Amino acid sequence: MSENLVDIHNEKLSFFTPAGEVKALNDVSLYVRPGEILGIVGESGSGKSVTAYSLMGLTAHPGRLTGGDIYFNSHHINRMTEKEMRRIRGNEVSIIFQDPMTSLNPVYTIGNQIREVILLHTKRTKKQANERACELLRLVGINEPEKRMKQYPHEFSGGMRQRVMIAIALACEPKLLIADEPTTALDVTIQAQILELMMSLKEKLDMSIIIITHDLGVVAGMCDRIAVMYAGKVVECGTTDEIFYQPSHEYTKGLLRSIPNLYEREHKKLVPIQGLPVDLLDLPEGCPFATRCPNCMKVCMKHMPEYTYLNDSHYSACWLLDKEKFMKKQRGALT
Amino acid sequence: MEDKKLVEVQHLKEYFPVKGERPFERKYVKAVDDISFYIRKGETFGLVGESGCGKTTAGRTILRLYEPTSGKIFYDGKDITHVNMLPYRRKMQIVFQDPYASLDPRMTVGDIIGEAIDIHHLATNAKERRDRIVELLSLVGLNTEHANRYPHEFSGGQRQRVGIARALAVDPEFIVCDEPVSALDVSIQAQVVNMFEELQERLGLTYLFIAHNLSVVKHISSRIGVMYLGKMMELADSYELTFHSVHPYTRSLISAIPIADPKAARAAHRIVLKGDVPSPVDPPSGCRFRTRCPYADELCAAEEPDWREVSPGHFAACHHLDRVKDEKPVTD
Amino acid sequence: MTSKNPLSFQLNTDDFLPASDEEKQNLIKMRPSISFWKDAMRRLCKNKVAMISLAVILVVMIFSFIVPAFYPYRYAQQIKGSEYLHPMTYSEQEQARMDEGEKVFPHILGTDNLGRDYAVRVMVGSRISLLVGLVASAIVLIIGSIYGAVSGFFGGWVDTIMMRIVDIIYTIPDILLIVLLSFALKAPIAKLAVRKGFGWIQVMGPNLISIFIVFALLYWVGMARIVRGQILTLKQNEYVTAAKALGASNARIIRKHLLTNCIGTLIVTTTLQIPSSIFTESFLSFLGMGVAVPLPSLGSLASDSLNGLTSYPYLLMAPALLISLIILSFNLFGDGLRDAFDPKMKS
Repeated sequence: MSENLVDIHNEKLSFFTPAGEVKALNDVSLYVRPGEILGIVGESGSGKSVTAYSLMGLTAHPGRLTGGDIYFNSHHINRMTEKEMRRIRGNEVSIIFQDPMTSLNPVYTIGNQIREVILLHTKRTKKQANERACELLRLVGINEPEKRMKQYPHEFSGGMRQRVMIAIALACEPKLLIADEPTTALDVTIQAQILELMMSLKEKLDMSIIIITHDLGVVAGMCDRIAVMYAGKVVECGTTDEIFYQPSHEYTKGLLRSIPNLYEREHKKLVPIQGLPVDLLDLPEGCPFATRCPNCMKVCMKHMPEYTYLNDSHYSACWLLDKEKFMKKQRGALT
Repeated sequence: MEDKKLVEVQHLKEYFPVKGERPFERKYVKAVDDISFYIRKGETFGLVGESGCGKTTAGRTILRLYEPTSGKIFYDGKDITHVNMLPYRRKMQIVFQDPYASLDPRMTVGDIIGEAIDIHHLATNAKERRDRIVELLSLVGLNTEHANRYPHEFSGGQRQRVGIARALAVDPEFIVCDEPVSALDVSIQAQVVNMFEELQERLGLTYLFIAHNLSVVKHISSRIGVMYLGKMMELADSYELTFHSVHPYTRSLISAIPIADPKAARAAHRIVLKGDVPSPVDPPSGCRFRTRCPYADELCAAEEPDWREVSPGHFAACHHLDRVKDEKPVTD
Repeated sequence: MTSKNPLSFQLNTDDFLPASDEEKQNLIKMRPSISFWKDAMRRLCKNKVAMISLAVILVVMIFSFIVPAFYPYRYAQQIKGSEYLHPMTYSEQEQARMDEGEKVFPHILGTDNLGRDYAVRVMVGSRISLLVGLVASAIVLIIGSIYGAVSGFFGGWVDTIMMRIVDIIYTIPDILLIVLLSFALKAPIAKLAVRKGFGWIQVMGPNLISIFIVFALLYWVGMARIVRGQILTLKQNEYVTAAKALGASNARIIRKHLLTNCIGTLIVTTTLQIPSSIFTESFLSFLGMGVAVPLPSLGSLASDSLNGLTSYPYLLMAPALLISLIILSFNLFGDGLRDAFDPKMKS
């Protein structure tokens, strides 16, 4: 257990807004091993970004942890003070955000922003920090770093800005990089560049990555393990091959059926997931996916399903799996 | 699908003036720079490209939401480049990308759809109007009681349906779908794409489907045009374009699309382009794509390639089509 | 992590039956519909300061419009012998009448130099001030919003020219113009006043007419600028393009989509314009450029009270207090409205 880099146990987090309690995370459990890439897949409202932010202690008022424990690199995150958190942010764990347009401060040069992180966490002089910054820019594939350092964010394109974000994130060689929808705002050809960069950096620096996205194609190419989230709960988790070739949860199956395959030879009608995304202010009892599930049973609407382990690495929260076990037990009892 | 051309553009150009660096300097963003294509009645024509390629501008210019800088637009054989568009607004409609911004937050859903009916006087009394609104709502899968609610009470997918109902209210023949599913969650995208297909079958609609997601475009379109920096790079049947594309940009675009299949993703041979998209204010000379193209040479910088028919119905603009043919395909 | 025993709560085979579509539908509820107005009103009602200000405004309105109709004294009624009475005192004649058993309504705020009951004069004075404030603000709203909407919507040359005109108007000194106009218009208005149907001009006075004219000429520019700014942002919205694509005329777009989405701003700006207009009128009346005698306005009452201020301070206190109260409550209410309509506060 303790060799995992990240360990989240039964995390519950809510936002207490004037409109009511928004249950953003509803019993989330995950782990990340050192040197692996975990993909968190989900749609809007699934809680995927909130999970990552809570790992870094960035979920401030009106958000509050209402249960569970978060462990990172042998730190007990939810018990730490803000001061202690600031020492690990940017240092042992870094994050890059979705929108490179707004993640960089428009009034400071790029060099300034990279230096800030270096000077904050390491004992280097300004000159050394400058050298390190140039080194980092070269690492992320930006040519003429000395010249680029003096430029402002608006002089960079979207893809370049995301590279700068990565450079800032990697400045202190963190053990974990969290990438929150890093390529959603970018063109697909630029996306390919950035994802390739991230893979090569992971090898070079031997770090773990949590990549958060709604794009199943991205996780298929990059991740070792995938966690699928819906309405604040991890509904299924397993290796990439297991999730894509042996999906067990109806939501995962539904997602895989509903994306158009570029390489299909004949036109197959998409099979969408019926219904609408769930309202987090008004979560139903029982499985949050119940109203949209083609195989919904009566028990699904009343009780939240427990996790069932299909093997050591693959688990899923669905009453259908329990049903099989239950039926077996019943048959066993009768005979 | 008939053979009749419903919509045609010839040498369409749309330039937007921008302030130059020096005073009195006139510069233009060449958003659409001489494209020509046609759309047959009943078909779905897909237009793909990345940001800045001009596909959205092209769609809106066809509807005369922007006045074309030059070129001609034909609808059902008639030249509509300079005519009064009001009668054509009934035949040509548009569905927008952003379901949050394209609906007036102060109007109820019923009024939003009803506006179309009011402008064109399609109902003679209040009851007819109400009936028509109810009919349209059920056509897109929404309930009658939704008519009295406001847009902010709905999810993105539902709002998009309202937008579609609004476009259908005037009984159009042709709809420009401007990135209609890009802003929606993946599971909702499939619902809306299916709805577009069903509506096309039921009502005999013709679509211009604009998107940056080639997978979705290929799924719904019969023919696809690929744009880059205001120019058309390649045009072919969907199947032909996906599996037998000849233009280096199209091939790199296809190879950049992440495949939702781990084994295939690991086996894929990717063409990763270097560099960024150049600015549309100062596009590269000659072939626009040459700054990122693996095959570019002096000819590409000097001359713009011709728009040539490489095989029946398959067009491309590139000086080095023969070299590209020899290349290994992206996946099998 | 092993799964807990599913039989830890009572499950039976029935629970594993598939759920019907109806049962699933029942789980989906839509939240009750809240329109933009209801939402704003709800927020406004929670704002204590705004609600108190509203109450004060209503009380003042009742006080100035309704009470004088039931009051035993008229504003122009001069009672001989009752000059300069202190509040709640009686003159000798009135005392005599009371001794005879006649009921004489007390002068709650005393009387002025001509023996007119001050309370009713203050009431009518605030009525005039409020009316002027409201009418002037209405003029500003109508002219300003139409001008701003047209300028903002069309943009380009139209906008440039219209805004340069606004800039020029800003430079004109308003008080100077009012003074000049009232001198210039005195004679023509007097001539007009004797004609049939124009008698009311005589009552209002040429000065007040000049004030209204100047408001129509000059004071709308602030509103125009604000509306133009709003329209410039709003017209970028996609629903405007959508309306164009449907074939909506420009007038329809401005009316139904642009101005309706500005209503919050329009209401707030107008509400804040009212105290400003009242203040301008009071200040002008104070200078003697306002309403004609004997019609009182809070400003003119304050001005008149300056003679003999040391002996009869109450003559200044009442109108001054009322001006302050009216202006303050409108300002606070306007602020409350602005907060209520502010979309950034939306949860």
